[in-house]
Amino acid sequence: MNGDIRELYQQMIMDHNKNPRNFHAMTDADRMVEGYNPLCGDHFKVYIKMEGDTIQDISFNGSGCAISKSSASMMTSALKGKTRGEAKALFEEVHKMLSRGMGEPFDAAKVGKLATLGGVCEFPSRVKCASLAWHTMLEGLEPTGKQVTTE
Amino acid sequence: MTPMENFNVEEIRQDFPILREQVYGKPLTYLDNAATTQKPQIVIDTLTQYYSKENANIHRGIFCLSEQATKRYKSARHKVQEFIGAAADKEIIFVRGTTEAINLVVQCYGRTFLKAGDEVLITHMEHHSNIVPWQMLGEETGVKLKVAPINDRGELMLEDFKKLLTDKVKFVSVAHVSNALGTINPVKEIVRLAHAQGVPVLLDGAQAVAHTPVNVQDLDCDFYVFSGHKLLGPTGIGVLYGKREFLEKMPPYQGGGDMIRSVTFEKTVFNDLPYKFEAGTPHIAGVIGLGVAIDYIGSIGLERIEAYEQELLKYGTEKLLQVPGLRLIGTAKHKSAILSFVLGEAHAHDIGTILDRQGIAIRAGHHCAMPVMQRFNVPATTRASLAFYNTKEEINRLVTALHEVTEIFQ
Repeated sequence: MNGDIRELYQQMIMDHNKNPRNFHAMTDADRMVEGYNPLCGDHFKVYIKMEGDTIQDISFNGSGCAISKSSASMMTSALKGKTRGEAKALFEEVHKMLSRGMGEPFDAAKVGKLATLGGVCEFPSRVKCASLAWHTMLEGLEPTGKQVTTE
Repeated sequence: MTPMENFNVEEIRQDFPILREQVYGKPLTYLDNAATTQKPQIVIDTLTQYYSKENANIHRGIFCLSEQATKRYKSARHKVQEFIGAAADKEIIFVRGTTEAINLVVQCYGRTFLKAGDEVLITHMEHHSNIVPWQMLGEETGVKLKVAPINDRGELMLEDFKKLLTDKVKFVSVAHVSNALGTINPVKEIVRLAHAQGVPVLLDGAQAVAHTPVNVQDLDCDFYVFSGHKLLGPTGIGVLYGKREFLEKMPPYQGGGDMIRSVTFEKTVFNDLPYKFEAGTPHIAGVIGLGVAIDYIGSIGLERIEAYEQELLKYGTEKLLQVPGLRLIGTAKHKSAILSFVLGEAHAHDIGTILDRQGIAIRAGHHCAMPVMQRFNVPATTRASLAFYNTKEEINRLVTALHEVTEIFQ
């Protein structure tokens, strides 16, 4: 099997795809934001419940490819309990990691387990899949009213 | 002799330079022919030759090059006429592609002759380009869209089609071959049924013309549309065939040069067919290239192409069904060589990425036919669409790569 493919679809990603964490609607969410890539069909809703400046709870549902779904799952696991500022900082770091080679280097210590998503940067056409949930989450924290898409 | 033995595919592949390319160090396995076909060397050379030695505008210059370009442009129109069996070359209008051809008919026929409450009957398997232009017309005029259902094999339900063909229906617009399912529609019967009610018919031949012989007079359709780039020709060129009586009563599509007989600030007199519908400098190189592509197809023969592709389809269907968890979407009895499928839990885009690294080009997504995806309750499919330069060996490569997908997604 191709090495890049093995890197992309490594076990942790396939585990999050098969058993996504926080994969449900949230009836008492403060924010519900939809992210949709019409060309490829990835379509998720991200639910956020805030307590002051802290993300008390975050969940998602919807459908998409293994990359978009596992990225959303890992994101919700990583952001629970984080402050708005910490969540934004992590978004920036993940963004740098996914677009590696084009921008500044990312800080591996800051992204932690999310580093498993790093293999996506070898597949430019799939970066939009990995980043969809993250942009959807950001719109939840800082609403602009724009429709969220990464295509 | 079977069609396969009668067909020297290795020799044919030599005519297509791109088939010698490698992707990620693997030989290119091009299985996305429903999106666009590859081009034979002779078409590529024609474009180079035209731009390097023959380029001039047509219908204008009183000089050698312009006269030659005009002659070749006209001769390509004649080739298209013969290719689809039209009665006259003035019934052949050059447009950008299938999409523009349908939009032209919607704008020039639909807007002129259809009114609020009239119905346009299509099928559930149409490409977006045969849905959206009619919806846009409907928004403006109140014309309604009616959709004939398809069964679980992806075949048009003809009895329901007949029931929907009421006296409110004033136009029928149907795909000859479905791009997402491969279904070949009973278009001759559809035309017969519609004409019995006095209703004109447009056939979308985008997925048909490169795979099966088409004769518009035999079909008796009123409009037939297709793209050059799915027929080994250049992108940006396509054909609208229309019966003369229809084209003559339709107003022009766009105004400009070439489509006029005389212009004053008070009044313009429009030119005759086909020029009435070809405003501005056309895609001259594209038209000439399309003519050469048609010659090339003719040198192989569409009957032989069809027989060979049917044998490939049979082989591919058998092989794919041996992949655990694979479900074909589109299993019509009469099918073109299109294999659309879903595979276990694997999303089409993940399959696409894994195949791509093996050099295999397929299409993953909704294929611009979202209603088909909704009908089969899938978000997307993976589609391998074959052409006459594909081989059994390439299908084997596809199957091997799909086993790799199932390994990752087990």
